[in-house]
Amino acid sequence: MERLPILKIGQMLLVSIQVDLRDDMVIALQEDLADRIVETGARGVVIDITALDIVDSFTGRMLATIAALSRVLDAETVVVGMRPAVAITLVELGLSLDGIKTALDVERGMRLLSSARGTAR
Amino acid sequence: MTAQELPISGDADVVRVRQAVRAAAVQAKLSLVDQTKLVTAASELARNTLTYGGGGGALVEQVDNGLRKGVKAVFRDKGPGIADVAQALTDGFTSGSGMGLGLGGARRLVDEFAIETAPGDGTTVTVVKWAR
Repeated sequence: MERLPILKIGQMLLVSIQVDLRDDMVIALQEDLADRIVETGARGVVIDITALDIVDSFTGRMLATIAALSRVLDAETVVVGMRPAVAITLVELGLSLDGIKTALDVERGMRLLSSARGTAR
Repeated sequence: MTAQELPISGDADVVRVRQAVRAAAVQAKLSLVDQTKLVTAASELARNTLTYGGGGGALVEQVDNGLRKGVKAVFRDKGPGIADVAQALTDGFTSGSGMGLGLGGARRLVDEFAIETAPGDGTTVTVVKWAR
C-alpha cells in the first residue's frame, strides 16, 4: 500500500499530502506518525493539505485524531494550507475541527509551533 | 455526457467516484465552492455505500432542467437498509465508527436529496447540485 512520506525538519515532522487520499492511507498515516513522534522525539507536526481538494468527515476525523494523539505524545499539530472552498464546505458539513491549530501555509505553521513551544531547533 | 456507472467495493473506488463527480461538476460549470460541496457529499455517500451497504455502485450524470445544468449522483447498495431514516439524518447519530455527519452533512451540501430504503432492502440515495 502507498504510504504518505513523513519528513523530519529540526524537531518537527512534516506531512505534505499530494495524492488523492484513500481511507486506508489515512489510517496508516495515524500509525506512522505516532511511531515517528516517539522515534524522533518531535515536538511538532505540520500537516500540509494544500493539494487536498476536499476534506470530508473521515479525513476531518483523522486530522482531529492525529492532533489528539500527538498531544498525548507531547507534540503539537498544525494543519496548514486549507483551500477556501474546502473551509466553506467543512463548516457547512458541520465539522468544526475543534482542538486543531491551523495556519495558512507551511512557513506560518512552523513559526506557530516554534513560538508556542520554543521548538525551533 | 452519458451516465457513468461506477462500482464501489473498496477505498480506491471511493476516490474514483469523487474524481468522476468532480469531472461532471466541472463540465456542468458548477462554481468551485459548489464543486467542492458536491464532491464532499459524494465522498460521504460513497463511503456509506461501502461501509454500511457492503458495497454497491454510483451513477454519475449531467442533468439539464431547461434552465440550469447540474450533476446528479445516485448511490445504490443492497445492504441491510436503514430502519429509521430520520434518525440516520440526525447529526451525531452513527451506527459505525464515523462522526455521524455523513448523511445529514451530505444533505446540507446539495440542492436535492432523496433517500429510498427499507430494512433488508438496500439503500438508494440520490443527490443533485445545480449550477447557479
